[in-house]
Amino acid sequence: MQRLSRVRLERRLTTPWWLSWVIPLLSVALALLVGALIIASQGVNPWQAYRAMFQGAFGSGYGVAETLVKAIPLMLAGLGVSVAFRMKLWNIGAEGQLWMGAWAAAGVGLFLYPAWHLSPWLAILLMMIAAILAGGLWAAIPGVLKGVWQVNEIITSLMLNYVAISWVLYFVDILWRDPGGLGFPNTAPLDKAIWLPKLTWLPLLPKGHRVHAGLLLAVLAAVFLWFLLNRTKWGYEVRVIGENRDAARHAGMPIVRNIIIVMFLSGALAGLAGMAEMAGVAHRLQRGLSPGYGYTAIIVAWLAKLNPFGVLLVAILFGGLLVAGDQIQLTMNLPRSIADILQGLILFFVLGGEVFSRYRLRLR
Amino acid sequence: MTASSPHQPDIAVEMRNIVKRFPGVVANDHVTFIAKSGEIHALLGENGAGKSTLMNVLSGLYAPDEGEIWIYGRHVVFRSPSDAIAAGVGMVHQHFRLVPTLTVVENVILGLDEPRFHLNLTQARAKILELSQQYGLKVDPDAYIWQLSVGEQQRVEIIKALYRGARILILDEPTAVLTPQETVVLFKTLRSMAQEGHTIIFISHKLDEVMSIADRVTVLRQGKVVATVNIEEVTKEKLAEMMVGRPVIFRIEKPRLQPGQEVLRVEDVHARNDKGLPALRGISFVVRSHEIVGIAGVSGNGQTELAEVLYGLRPVEKGHIYLYGKDITQASTREIIREGVAHIPEDRHKEGSLADMSLSENLILKHYRRPPVAQGPLIRWAYVREFARKLIQRFQIMAPGIHTKARLLSGGNLQKLILARELSSEPGLIIAMHPTQGLDVGATEAVRKQLIAERGKGAGVLLISEDLDEVMQLSDRILVIYEGEIMGEVPADRADRNQIGLMMAGQRQS
Ligand SMILES: Nc1ncnc2c1ncn2[C@@H]1O[C@H](COP(=O)(O)OP(=O)(O)O)[C@@H](O)[C@H]1O
Ligand SMILES: [Mg+2]
Repeated sequence: MQRLSRVRLERRLTTPWWLSWVIPLLSVALALLVGALIIASQGVNPWQAYRAMFQGAFGSGYGVAETLVKAIPLMLAGLGVSVAFRMKLWNIGAEGQLWMGAWAAAGVGLFLYPAWHLSPWLAILLMMIAAILAGGLWAAIPGVLKGVWQVNEIITSLMLNYVAISWVLYFVDILWRDPGGLGFPNTAPLDKAIWLPKLTWLPLLPKGHRVHAGLLLAVLAAVFLWFLLNRTKWGYEVRVIGENRDAARHAGMPIVRNIIIVMFLSGALAGLAGMAEMAGVAHRLQRGLSPGYGYTAIIVAWLAKLNPFGVLLVAILFGGLLVAGDQIQLTMNLPRSIADILQGLILFFVLGGEVFSRYRLRLR
Repeated sequence: MTASSPHQPDIAVEMRNIVKRFPGVVANDHVTFIAKSGEIHALLGENGAGKSTLMNVLSGLYAPDEGEIWIYGRHVVFRSPSDAIAAGVGMVHQHFRLVPTLTVVENVILGLDEPRFHLNLTQARAKILELSQQYGLKVDPDAYIWQLSVGEQQRVEIIKALYRGARILILDEPTAVLTPQETVVLFKTLRSMAQEGHTIIFISHKLDEVMSIADRVTVLRQGKVVATVNIEEVTKEKLAEMMVGRPVIFRIEKPRLQPGQEVLRVEDVHARNDKGLPALRGISFVVRSHEIVGIAGVSGNGQTELAEVLYGLRPVEKGHIYLYGKDITQASTREIIREGVAHIPEDRHKEGSLADMSLSENLILKHYRRPPVAQGPLIRWAYVREFARKLIQRFQIMAPGIHTKARLLSGGNLQKLILARELSSEPGLIIAMHPTQGLDVGATEAVRKQLIAERGKGAGVLLISEDLDEVMQLSDRILVIYEGEIMGEVPADRADRNQIGLMMAGQRQS
């Protein structure tokens, strides 16, 4: 009975602790290897390209600052996505929720603040609340549809992205368009007093960096979320419902209500991401406010294994990738979409690699 | 290295010193197993003893880490199930491997090399009918698998193995999914196959079955062979002791108790099933403190719906349910839990546990809302750890620790976990659905003892089970359910199997 030996997958009962680190690292390495082939196909030395990318994102104080700036919306939206995924609610509408949050905050900052003569601090607080409500309620729509009528939330949350973006752009292009804007499609800028303050006290970063208070917001949100999920009764319910809905029903947990609440919370965090980007970086509502942060946030949440602190770290890596994309476009004459390709490759390989933490290869 | 086998002509299977390891366990520890040609050989052992693993090795699904196999005296090394089937070894797995959207004929020839480019369905169909007639394996070759009952699907699996030329047929716990009547039919088939010279290896943990069907039996315990014996040389008690490793009491002591106050009153309850059809049509009964009321019946006669209605999981269309005299007909599951009702659900994996969460997180599933587990909106994890440790000890759950994931527990330990959770709140009413289904002797004994202990402490127990022996052994009163109606009630000490059997088939008590 001579035959070629075959490769089989066998399920592991337990995963050794080191494997859950080695496998993602190897997966990322493989993704970079494949990325190198693509870069080489463009006639550029991959080693030099990667060096330039790393240099650009992490090699200087300026690079690190820009990386953090890009990481802030990824952190907040990534936290939002992760809390929904915890309950196996596949909210892929973070992009739309982010836009709705930015829109509501801009409305408060541009119109309520001057009209009601608010103090700047109160205005910033109101912008945050408006963003939370707008993003949260926008996400609650698929939440209600899912909870009450079992409508697939993947489709509804995705479709609502297009609605949200069109809605906001209608305001940007027409209703709220800055007449003095030289024809650019954007609103007038926010009053400087209600910009999210820069974190000038951060060490090691160059003067005049753009890192703003949204970073604190994101860190606070991660701590809050971790506490909520791991220390409270409500967090326990969310984890149980995510793990086994039937068992949750048998334990008398309010499933429909929690679906709606979790979707609201998820959208609220994405909405805050939009507010932070608008009030901390762009300082106005404009086309291109988000280059797809809400979609990258899905990758971030997943790679972080839905761990809130993991989301913060992975968001920094992906923020760096965005900065690096700009960098190589300038210096290496490579298209900036290389960064998107790398993003996709990393997700692909890490998801693929997960198979090996649950199964092992056997030659026989 | 091909060691020589001390081979005798009448030996069909000879496995020597088989070792198979899985992470953390030695599932087969130097197992030697010999089956004679034309015999029905039972492989007996508790859950987790290594029976399935050993037979998966024999059927080519697993490669052994050590050890050798001879089939009809020929040394073999199987690299896949198709190697095994080529040598005449076929296996019917515990979970069937049929494609629901294909017909019986299509399933039988699926994956065969023989009709490479051209399917000859007519020929296959004829051969299937012939096999089916020869061994009494009644099945419609043109039916789709999804249309068939579990018993029929099992016959398809057997035909599939025979069609491929299996002379040695392994059946992994075949009766676990059958009604008593279907079991009788299966046993007839197995006997006729053995008479034709087939070798049958019959995996089971049910002693009565093994006693009634096997010629010889090999007992496994914790991966090792305890002994191989002729069935005439042993008793059921002796086998049980070999299997569990200590003497087993079959009769559980149940003290006589005077039933106390009324706990549950069900009055003319009607409810529909998931398809919207009437499932309960006017059910009425009473459960009192200090008594166990058994509900007997063939599965699918409204038992599931009854348990769900009582636990607030299914709306009541008409009628009333009272708990301690209080109307709970419209109450939510949460309120019913708060009133002190415990529930041992039908499906421990799907409804009763959280596979990827720790034992302590599983144990607070019904307690997390109130002190002392909760403190305001928070959960007191320090208290929970203490609580979990105590329960694991008290209910003798075998697990490395409180952080172990529930999915690593065996069936018996998982059921103990559920009991620990449900009984730790000192319930006044316990709704137990098939509490010992699929459990080994040791775990079954433990679960039954627990229920009787709760009865002693004053709880009322509603025992819903398809295992008539269990109902008769544990209950004080027995109700029989048929198509959503109660056919009659008998006190357990005057219960007659025949009479109950008739009621289970729909005859009203005269
Ligand atoms: N595929 C597997 N991977 C890891 N462990 C397994 C696997 N199959 C069985 N085991 C373990 O091996 C032991 C024997 O299991 P099994 O052969 O299924 O027992 P039985 O069929 O007698 O109930 C158990 O401890 C079980 O958890
Ligand atoms: Mg088994």
